Amino acid sequence: MNRKTLFWVVAAALLVLLPPLVLALKQPYYIDLVRRIMILAIAAISLNLILGYGGLVSFGHAAYIGIGAYAVGILAFYGVGSGWAHFAMAIGASALVALAIGAVSIRTSGIYFIMITLAFTQMLYYLGISIAEFGGDDGMRIKARSRFPLVDLGDPVAAYYAALVLMLLSALLVSRIVNSRFGLALRACKSNDARARAIGFSPYPVRLIAFVISGALCGLSGALYANHTNYITPSLMSWLQSGELMFMVILGGMGTAAGPVLGTFALLLAEEVLKGFTEYWQVILGPLLVLSVIFFRRGLAGMFSWHE
Amino acid sequence: MNKLLSVERLSKSFGALRASDGIDFDVGEGETHAIIGPNGAGKTTLISQLAGNLRPDAGCIRFAGEDITRLSAPRRSRKGLARSFQITSVFPEFTALANVALAVQAQAGHSFRFWKPAQQDAALLDPAGRILDEVGLAERKNILAANLAHGEHRQLEVAMALATRPRLLLLDEPMAGMGVEESGRMIALLGGLKRRLTIILVEHDMDAVFRLADRISVLVYGRIIATDTPEKVRTNEEVRRAYLGEDA
Repeated sequence: MNRKTLFWVVAAALLVLLPPLVLALKQPYYIDLVRRIMILAIAAISLNLILGYGGLVSFGHAAYIGIGAYAVGILAFYGVGSGWAHFAMAIGASALVALAIGAVSIRTSGIYFIMITLAFTQMLYYLGISIAEFGGDDGMRIKARSRFPLVDLGDPVAAYYAALVLMLLSALLVSRIVNSRFGLALRACKSNDARARAIGFSPYPVRLIAFVISGALCGLSGALYANHTNYITPSLMSWLQSGELMFMVILGGMGTAAGPVLGTFALLLAEEVLKGFTEYWQVILGPLLVLSVIFFRRGLAGMFSWHE
Repeated sequence: MNKLLSVERLSKSFGALRASDGIDFDVGEGETHAIIGPNGAGKTTLISQLAGNLRPDAGCIRFAGEDITRLSAPRRSRKGLARSFQITSVFPEFTALANVALAVQAQAGHSFRFWKPAQQDAALLDPAGRILDEVGLAERKNILAANLAHGEHRQLEVAMALATRPRLLLLDEPMAGMGVEESGRMIALLGGLKRRLTIILVEHDMDAVFRLADRISVLVYGRIIATDTPEKVRTNEEVRRAYLGEDA
């Protein structure tokens, strides 16, 4: 077994064993915490596809968490309870919006790409604030959680394992994609755009498709998030959330399979621990993040020398 | 001779500078056509327009009978027009073999396969390995391109161009920055390709040009002042004045 496989086996085993352990210790809160981390890890995994492997610095990825969450909230609001409908809508709507945003923004590059993706996401954020019917600024309660046969997302432990399975499947999906012909074309376009064109790759459609896949996967994370919190607000789509997603990927290691998962766990656990010490936890977290970027140039995954 | 490429009245200006000023020339199937000229004559500008990286202001480029003036670089590449760059341009974080395999993949058509691992795909690696062997990089195939020597980068550039199975090879100063020994190897390599491919060669190394070219066009200030066989170009008075002056 190589080191990469070992990492995933150990991580999966620890995460599988966590609920019985914390229930025995009468600390059920940790199930909720880790479930939230795993849901956001899916968003980070999706961002890593375009940021780490595609070189597309999307500063608006929280948009798709918001769209996924609102898809669930709005369908539930109108009395649709089927989980399949919720998740299909969350993924489909995210893919469509990613197609529209990507079609425009991928024509630009560098700082313009960053600003355009940010601008589109802010538009969605203000849209969320302005629609009074869905709670506006105050957000909306999810009237009914997504209903699936066999799995009850209202049950903390069942929802935990659902998030775990989906996180592992998302990591597998992205890892297969980036090593496929499509993924190599995407990475070649990131590595050297002019050379990629000269040998016959067309970067635009390759990047656009990656952008849509990434948005769709992030929409899945949003749908899970809505079921997790049971209450959603437009702040899910704020640029702070987008920035935090980027940070998770960079901290964990861009362009590595384990990076986004490690980064999400590290960032959110650090937040949690520091919150326990002081209410001014951000004053401590900020410098820690700066130091981590300086000392782990290739991210946490780089410490295990898995940089691909 | 059957024309593979013909260029008519090609013009490109950057502000007041006429980098291409009504260029006419053609290249026959199987010909090795060298383009020489002093620095700033517009050689790279011409190559970039032929490869599709720059759009001409006016004029027309025909390749195998088809007007390709408005086609993008990737489309031209898939039609069989390959270029190498004057300044090394490879995929530094991939191995030499992977660099060539990427070119094989790009040539094989669309890349919209999302699941099967491509890095062990024999359909890509076998041809890539053969081409690396041909350019003399077989022993270096598992080295990251970033870690190859300068001369090896130039060989890798040619390998990537070959991997796209071109009908026409555009080589922009393949010997740039090479030592005598490396140049010798490159000339031998190109001499072998010359029989199979049509080549447009932009090069400052006059030894290489006169050994490889069937015909030479002399570009000065964006205009072609002569196109002829190496012997006739060597003795052309205008060319001697404009360019060869100190060398010849």
